[in-house]
Amino acid sequence: MTDSPPTWPADIHAALKALGVRHVPCVPDAGHARLIELCRNDDEMRVVPLTTEEEGVAMLAGSWLGGRRGVLLMQSSGIGNCVNMFSTVRVGRYPLLTLIAMRGQWGEANPWQMPMGRNAAAILELSGFQVLGLDDAGMAAETVSAGGRTAFEANEMVAVLVSQRLIGSKAFAPTEDG
Amino acid sequence: MRDPNRANRYPLRRRQVVEHLVTDMDDLLVVAGLGAPTWDATAAGDRDLTCPLWGAMGGTAMIGLGLALARPDRRVLVVTGDGDMLMGLGSLATVALQRPANLSVVVLDNERYGETGMQATHTAGPTDLAAVAHACGFEQAATLHDEEELDRATPAILEGEGPLFFAVKVRAEAPPLVLPPRDGAHLKDRFRMALIGTE
Repeated sequence: MTDSPPTWPADIHAALKALGVRHVPCVPDAGHARLIELCRNDDEMRVVPLTTEEEGVAMLAGSWLGGRRGVLLMQSSGIGNCVNMFSTVRVGRYPLLTLIAMRGQWGEANPWQMPMGRNAAAILELSGFQVLGLDDAGMAAETVSAGGRTAFEANEMVAVLVSQRLIGSKAFAPTEDG
Repeated sequence: MRDPNRANRYPLRRRQVVEHLVTDMDDLLVVAGLGAPTWDATAAGDRDLTCPLWGAMGGTAMIGLGLALARPDRRVLVVTGDGDMLMGLGSLATVALQRPANLSVVVLDNERYGETGMQATHTAGPTDLAAVAHACGFEQAATLHDEEELDRATPAILEGEGPLFFAVKVRAEAPPLVLPPRDGAHLKDRFRMALIGTE
């Protein structure tokens, strides 16, 4: 059996396109790498690399003021960088859609990723998000579409947590040594 | 030797600077950073196309970037303070990378944290915000010290090819509060209604 690349990043890209998403601020992440590349190659989308994730939260508020929809792509460790800026989104009832590549879950080998990974959903819920899990590649488009509708039409904060089981865990060390 | 009280003697006054920039500029899209620049912007006239921030510290320039990318046909002016800009220094790199031609960032630099009791910021010390912006990739970044320099820079701020950055050295003072509405959702909705005709 040959490994063909997974199709869920393309499914998510198509779902974002159908939602009218144009601005894609992100901090690069291995789990989102294919999706970011697809957005970069899309003439209708603007990928905006950030120095820290909270910049993307603020930026998308500005995008919405100007009539543009966007999505923030980040890794779970970025959630902690955003918490204060989330309160601006909440108090202003701005829509916010974020897709979060999870670390600190399935097969994580870096202990430093565990705290934010374990606390991701709870922190997001405390910050006012509807949190949608994405564990099944076949549900990718549907989950992002549903989250996007709630974000952009109900002016809500919605986070889709893309499971590490779906993304695959990162290998650090040759196994024969340790 | 740097004089820690030098900002008490700067000739430019924050209220006049903001009034000078926004008066009669009906099409200008303004994002005002917390807290004194928001009061300054409101003192110059509470207007639908200003987004005054009561929070979001460190995020003002990024809100301006999102707006500028969404509306390349309109001039966007970010007016914020040195405390807010220092908290979001990385955003200068992010903005410079995008090169939004319609974005001007004006920092009212009084070298103080105004809302918390006028404590010194890093710009009262060695930090030069215009130099930071220039190093991040803003081709036009300068510090303005007096009325003549402000007048000379005004056409660039309002019409020049961005991204532009100006640190305007203003007197360390606390003019009376002039408050915009507090409800963030209302401020957002009225901005969008005025700009795009929908909430």
